[in-house]
Amino acid sequence: MAQENQENNSKKISRRDILAGLAALPIVGVIGYGLLKNKSETEKRNSSLLGEIKPEIQNGIPPIIEGKTLRIGIIGSGGRGGYLMKSMGFVNPDKIDEYTEKGKTDKYWVKFLEDFRAQDNLNIKITAICDIFDKNAEKAIEAGANLHRNGKGSKMGDIPKRYTTYKELIASPDVDAVVIATPDHWHVPVALEAARNGKHVYCEKPLSWSVAETYEIRKTVKETGIVFQLGHQGRQTESYNVARSLIKQDVIGKISLIEVCTNRNDPNGAWVYDIAPEANEKTIDWKQFIGQAPWHDFNLERFFRWRCWWDYSTGLSGDLFTHEFDALNQILDLGIPNSAMASGGIYFYKDGRTVPDVLNMAMEYTDRDLSLLYSATLASEKNRGKVIMGHDAYLELSDTLIVSVDPQSTRYKDKLKQGIVEPFKPIYSYVPGQGAVDAITSPTEKYFAGRGLLYTYRDGKAVDTTHLHLREWINCIRAGNGAQPSCNIDQAFQEAMTAHMGTISYKEGRRTYWDKEKEVIV
Amino acid sequence: MRYTKLQSFALVILRITIGWHFLYEGGVKILNPNWTAKSYLLDSGGFLKGFFEFIAENQMLLSISDAANALGLALIGLSLVIGLFTRFSSLAAIFLLFLYYLSHPAFPGIQYLFPSDGSYFLINKTLVEIFALSVIYAFPTSNIFGIQRLMKNNNSFLA
Repeated sequence: MAQENQENNSKKISRRDILAGLAALPIVGVIGYGLLKNKSETEKRNSSLLGEIKPEIQNGIPPIIEGKTLRIGIIGSGGRGGYLMKSMGFVNPDKIDEYTEKGKTDKYWVKFLEDFRAQDNLNIKITAICDIFDKNAEKAIEAGANLHRNGKGSKMGDIPKRYTTYKELIASPDVDAVVIATPDHWHVPVALEAARNGKHVYCEKPLSWSVAETYEIRKTVKETGIVFQLGHQGRQTESYNVARSLIKQDVIGKISLIEVCTNRNDPNGAWVYDIAPEANEKTIDWKQFIGQAPWHDFNLERFFRWRCWWDYSTGLSGDLFTHEFDALNQILDLGIPNSAMASGGIYFYKDGRTVPDVLNMAMEYTDRDLSLLYSATLASEKNRGKVIMGHDAYLELSDTLIVSVDPQSTRYKDKLKQGIVEPFKPIYSYVPGQGAVDAITSPTEKYFAGRGLLYTYRDGKAVDTTHLHLREWINCIRAGNGAQPSCNIDQAFQEAMTAHMGTISYKEGRRTYWDKEKEVIV
Repeated sequence: MRYTKLQSFALVILRITIGWHFLYEGGVKILNPNWTAKSYLLDSGGFLKGFFEFIAENQMLLSISDAANALGLALIGLSLVIGLFTRFSSLAAIFLLFLYYLSHPAFPGIQYLFPSDGSYFLINKTLVEIFALSVIYAFPTSNIFGIQRLMKNNNSFLA
C-alpha cells in the first residue's frame, strides 16, 4: 500500500492531514512533562536539604597588604625549601629552562610555568640563604636572584648572600623574616634563635623534634611577639573550611569516630631520596647537620634520607600524621587527645631505618566522646581517605567534600522515609572550582575527585595552597597589628604534642596520656 | 518517495525516538544552570584530544560550546519529534554526534574516566545513532507524519 506525500501539496489540507501533522505534539508534551518532573525532583532534593545547610565558602584570595619589601632568609634550601621558594615566586633559572624543555612534549609543564608566572608577586626579596650542603645553597642563591621568573641568561635581581651558619643569617640586618625548612631536629633551635632576634618565622612541620623544646619555643614566640606560622598549608584548603562550617551546623550529628590514613608506595614517598653526586665531606658541613642529635660518623644516606632515622626525624607521626591532625584540628578544634596508643613496625623498607614504615595510632578524646584513628603504610597506595563519622551522616574529605546519609540517622529519619534522601548516598557535595553547590554528586565529579584532578580553588581559580599559606604569614607581618596567621604557635603546640604522644607510645610500647592541667605527657 | 505502511511506521518511530533522546538531553542541560561539558571534554581521547581540552580550558569557548550544545540538542530533538525541517536537523545531529564521537572515539587502547556501558571496538552507540540519522536524512517522513505535512511549500531539503 502506498502512502501519499508530496502530491498532497497541491490539494487542500484534509482533516487527516491535520491529524497526521499535529499527532507528534502530544509527544513533545510527554517529554516536557519528563523534563519538569526531573527538574522538580532535583529542586526538591536541593531545597529540602540545602535549605538547612549553609556552607561557608571563602570568597577569593585576600589581597597582599601594601608596605615595604620584606627581606626573607631561607634556612634549609633542599627539596622542601626549594618548593617554598617557588611558592614565593623564586625558581632556579636552570629549572625554568628544564620545565620549558619538558613543556615541548608534555603540556603539563606549559601550564605549570603559566601558573607559576601568574602567581601574585608577594613584594619580597630573598636576601639570605643558609644551607650546609654547597650545591643546595648555590642553587637557592640562583633561584633567589631570579626575580623575573625567567630562564638562564635573562635579567636577574640582587643576589642573595650565603651564610654558613643559621646564627649568622639571623643576625644579619638584611633579614626581616626567616623560612625554616631544615630536618626536624633543627626546627626549634633555629626558630628560637630567630624569635630571640625579633625575626618572624615560617617553620616547616612538625613544630618540634623533642617534647621539652616544644614548651620553650611556644614561650619564646609568645614573649617576643614575632609572627609565627607552622607550615601546614592544608589550612588553606577550601574544602576543610567548608567542612568546618558544616560540622558547626551539626549536619552530620554526633561524631564518635574519625579515621585518617597515609598510603604511599614509592621510594620517594618512603623518604628514600636520591643522593646528590656532588655530596661529600667537603661539600657538607656534617658537624652542623648533627646539631642536637647523637653523634654519628659522616653518612650520605643519613644526610639525604634523614627522615628515616629518629636521630633527626619524627617518623610517620611527626611527618605525615601531623598533616591529617592539623586538618582535623582546623575543622573540629580537636586539640591534644587525652590518650594515645600506637603500634607498627618496619615491615617493608629493611634499609637500616629506625622509624616504622607502618604505623597505627588510636587517640581518645574523652571530653569530646570520640576516637581518632590513624593508620599509615609506606608500602601500599590504596587510598582510604579521611572520614568523619557522625550518627546522622559521614563526611569524606579530600580536595572535595562529600556528606552521605546514614540509614539509621535520627535527623534525616523523615527524609529517608519520604525518599528525599537515600541511605549511603551523598546529600551534599562540595567540589572546588564548580560554580554552585549541589545536593547530588554527579559521577563526573566523583571520578575527577578520585583521580586527583582537582586543586584548591578560590573563586574558581586553581591556587597553590603553600603560596596562600606563606602569603597569610607575610600579610600578618605587614599588618603589624599583633595578628597571628591560622597555624599559629598554639595550633603548632597542639600538633607537636599530639604527634609526640603517638611517637612515645610507639617507642615505649605503652599508652600515653596528656595531663591537661600540667600540660605534660605521662 | 512512496513507502509501505510498515516502512513509514518504522521510519517515523525511528525519527521520533531519536528526537526524543535529543530533546530530553538538551532540555535537562538547559534546565540545569550548573551543567557544563567541561569534565567530559577534559576526558577526551584520540587524535583531537588537544582540541577538546583547549575548549574545556578556555572559559569563553566553553560557555559558547555549552550553550550551543544544550540549545542545539533541544532544537534538533524538537524538530525531529514534531516533523519540521527534519532533513536539516538530521544533518545537524550527525555533525553534533560526530563531534562527540571524535571526543570519545572507541579506539582500542584509549581509557576514559567515565565507565562505558558496554564493550566497543570502533563502532559505539554514538556511531550507530549517526547512521540511524543518515536513514532519517535519506528517507524523510515529515510529509507523512509531522508539521511539514501542513506546509504548502515543501522543500525536499528542509523536509
